[in-house]
Amino acid sequence: MGMLKDMGHREKIGLALIAVALMALPFVLASAGTAWVRIMNFAVLFVLLSLGLNIVVGFAGLLDLGYVAFYAVGAYVYALLASPHFGLHLPFWVILPIGAAVACVAGVILGAPTLRLRGDYLAIVTLGFGEIVRIFMNNLSNPINITNGPKGINRIDSFQIGPVNFAGSDTLAGLVFSGPIKYYYFLMLVLLAVIVINRRLQDSRIGRAWVAIREDEVAAKASGINTRNIKLLAFAMGASFGGIAGGMFAAMQTFVSPESFVLNESIMILAMVVLGGMGNIWGVIAGAVLLSFVPELLRYTVEPVQMALFGKMLVDPEVLRMLVFGLALVLTMRFRPAGLWPETRHRRELSENRA
Amino acid sequence: MSAVLLEARGIGKRFGGVQALKDVSLTIKSGEIYGLIGPNGAGKTTLFNVFTGLYPRDDGEVLFGGSPLHLESPHEVAAAGIARTFQNIRLFGNMTARENVMVGRHVRTRAGVVGAMLRTRAERTEETAIRRRADELLHYVGIADRADDLARHLSYGDQRRLEIARALATEPKLLALDEPAAGMNATETAGLRDLIEGLRRDGLTVLLIEHDVKLVLGLCDRVAVLDYGQKIAEDVPEAVRANPKVIEAYLGTSAH
Amino acid sequence: MDILLQQIINGLTTGSVYAVVALGYTMVYGVIQLINFAHGEVVMIGAMVAFSIITSLAGSGMPPLAIVLAGVMAAIPACMAIGYLLERAAYRPLRHAPRLAPLITAIGMSIILQHAALLIWGRNPLAFPQIIENPSFSIGSAAISAVQITIILLSLLMMAGLSWFVYRTRFGIAIRATAENVHVASLMGINANRVIAATFVIGAGLGAVAGVMYGSYYGIAHYTMGFTLGLKAFSAAVLGGIGNIAGAMLGGLLLGLVEALGTGYIGDFSDLCRWPGASEGMGWMGERCADGAHFVVFGSNYQDVFAFLMLILVLVFRPSGLLGERVSERA
Repeated sequence: MGMLKDMGHREKIGLALIAVALMALPFVLASAGTAWVRIMNFAVLFVLLSLGLNIVVGFAGLLDLGYVAFYAVGAYVYALLASPHFGLHLPFWVILPIGAAVACVAGVILGAPTLRLRGDYLAIVTLGFGEIVRIFMNNLSNPINITNGPKGINRIDSFQIGPVNFAGSDTLAGLVFSGPIKYYYFLMLVLLAVIVINRRLQDSRIGRAWVAIREDEVAAKASGINTRNIKLLAFAMGASFGGIAGGMFAAMQTFVSPESFVLNESIMILAMVVLGGMGNIWGVIAGAVLLSFVPELLRYTVEPVQMALFGKMLVDPEVLRMLVFGLALVLTMRFRPAGLWPETRHRRELSENRA
Repeated sequence: MSAVLLEARGIGKRFGGVQALKDVSLTIKSGEIYGLIGPNGAGKTTLFNVFTGLYPRDDGEVLFGGSPLHLESPHEVAAAGIARTFQNIRLFGNMTARENVMVGRHVRTRAGVVGAMLRTRAERTEETAIRRRADELLHYVGIADRADDLARHLSYGDQRRLEIARALATEPKLLALDEPAAGMNATETAGLRDLIEGLRRDGLTVLLIEHDVKLVLGLCDRVAVLDYGQKIAEDVPEAVRANPKVIEAYLGTSAH
Repeated sequence: MDILLQQIINGLTTGSVYAVVALGYTMVYGVIQLINFAHGEVVMIGAMVAFSIITSLAGSGMPPLAIVLAGVMAAIPACMAIGYLLERAAYRPLRHAPRLAPLITAIGMSIILQHAALLIWGRNPLAFPQIIENPSFSIGSAAISAVQITIILLSLLMMAGLSWFVYRTRFGIAIRATAENVHVASLMGINANRVIAATFVIGAGLGAVAGVMYGSYYGIAHYTMGFTLGLKAFSAAVLGGIGNIAGAMLGGLLLGLVEALGTGYIGDFSDLCRWPGASEGMGWMGERCADGAHFVVFGSNYQDVFAFLMLILVLVFRPSGLLGERVSERA
């Protein structure tokens, strides 16, 4: 890996320590309860989604408010191909690429006619697209039952690698690997791959073209960039990542329904990207982890505090969560438009000023 | 020196009811510096934007290197070999100077998404070459020491130079500069003049729009004058300077 | 055809509501080219405030018409205040930021308003009190209710009033000048900040009325109502030509009609049993059709899709809308 070469001795040790900590983390969490491993897994899933959306919003500067639609497409592809609903039970390593491909096609279908529109129009068209996909999932149970409507699809297969099924527990060398722990390791592998891909894309000919379009579309065109195709590429890439994340969501959850793919999910992913720092991979990851744990944080603080003070729940943590996301968007734009962890380029220039 | 590089025939452009360009024909020869001057609103930048594919034209055709130029989209124009700079500098502000120039290599390179994800040998070789070429060009325009600075942090004169470096990175046959001296002080203008003369020495053809008549007349091999969207003169600088029509156009409007 | 006439009446009614909401989008967009995403939520708050006032006064013995008026009169300043705050606190500081910034802020504000409403008015749909008698009049075999008549007339009146204001008053001229060019307008001594704030406030005031209209027509108010309503109204504004007042009205009415007629007829059209070729070729389905069954592909549950599809089609094929100038190049 290229990035290892650039690192000093100390950074390598630091990286190794982080890797060991991440390897041990699920067992630590499991000792507090398997629920915590699940929460962690969903946080990682949202990191994946944020990294996908980051390509579209952060790199290419295209505001996509219907990103959850691609997540939904991936999830439903998995659900339909690995559940009793159609009686199909394909292995996950076949379905995930199919899901990515279908989501990618959906991205191109949405992007091709709309990408020549100005940024804010694109935002609202993607918003409408997200709603259309949800409405279709809700209603494609008639006259032929494809999605099973609002009831959703149940009993979706878990991952299976050889004899190891991700639904149950296995014991290896005295350690109990529960289902969520196995998913955790799988997610970590995918995450690692996605991070490497993102970094490589960022420092590539295509990645530079994305940023150039974000910075000044007219100048990008004049510099010989076919902006329409390059934007379409960003859309397609982002959508594929969403599709893969969706497939894993379906398998981990073993159940999908249109309820999981509402606009608020798109907003949440956007908030993660914006808060962390559009365009900066590590910032986006930090933003996603931070905001993923907000609901849990609220559950463990706001609820007991309210119960102690008022003896009842006045403010639902779920509502507070959305208020926090809304505020995060507004305040970040107002006070730290580049996010909490801005792109390294900005940081580089800050350290220069200090020197 | 005598081969025709760009030939425009009867270019017309309307904005609503306003005829911004009317039947403009001109020829730019290989290796020359061709100046385009005219009073404010004469249609210089409009013509420029037509040549570089930013505006669709209403009439006429453009031959470039002997074959018709597709002026439908700017990136095709860049691919055909016309590069440009902008009157109000348009850089990628949050990219470094080097990255700005590297973007200019986009049209001459081909690595795609898959190559980048897998870091194939071809992709790495190409990246190295892009980077090397970018550094050479930064050196050529004289801002090699600013390679890692963000474009928006460069001084005004350096931004102009960076824009030229980015345009050169597309390997143009014709470099079109839109008022490069605008807003520059005397020292910066002199530096720019040296840079443009260097470009000619290296065999590049330059189309120069400029407000600074002295700079244009001193630098260009031939000059065309636009007034009210029409070409009123096209000749060597001395002849243009003496042309009564040109004098009238400038005196008639510079009085405001 | 009586069903047709009835659908037209219903379509014109919802269309009028869309139109009034669309005016809010169009005013703001016309002046600062910002899609005020939070406008739908402002409309929702208008409905909610009116709901609270009307319910609390319902038993007071005041004449019903006065109670409804009180509701409207409370909703208008409440929404205007929110509109002003939105502009002042969220958008104005970002006027020179990159385009994405105010857009993201607008989304944030809309989430905040929506959930603040959820805290205040609760999660459940609120039944809008029907305290005024709502007689129906028959036109042929279709019916039009007093509420429908009021909504259609009131929205026409508001559009006429707004047009008068924008085209005939001094402040209206200032608004149009600012819309043409903020900098030049400022040079001419126009206080651009005041003009911009005013478009937000006016749009919000109109939105408040629209919220009450919506509540009284559908008999319901809910904290999520602003989202779809806003999206549809925005589609209407784009359809008519965003930035154009008459366009917003035309777009709203057209969208209302398309929705009503689409929902009324597309179910029949997409019933596979209507199409002999299709049903015969499909074995068991043909037999079921012969027994009088229906296989409706697109039922009325697809109603919301029409607005979005139309929005996409308009933006792709005629981004300037029906009455507007080209906007896609005005970057």
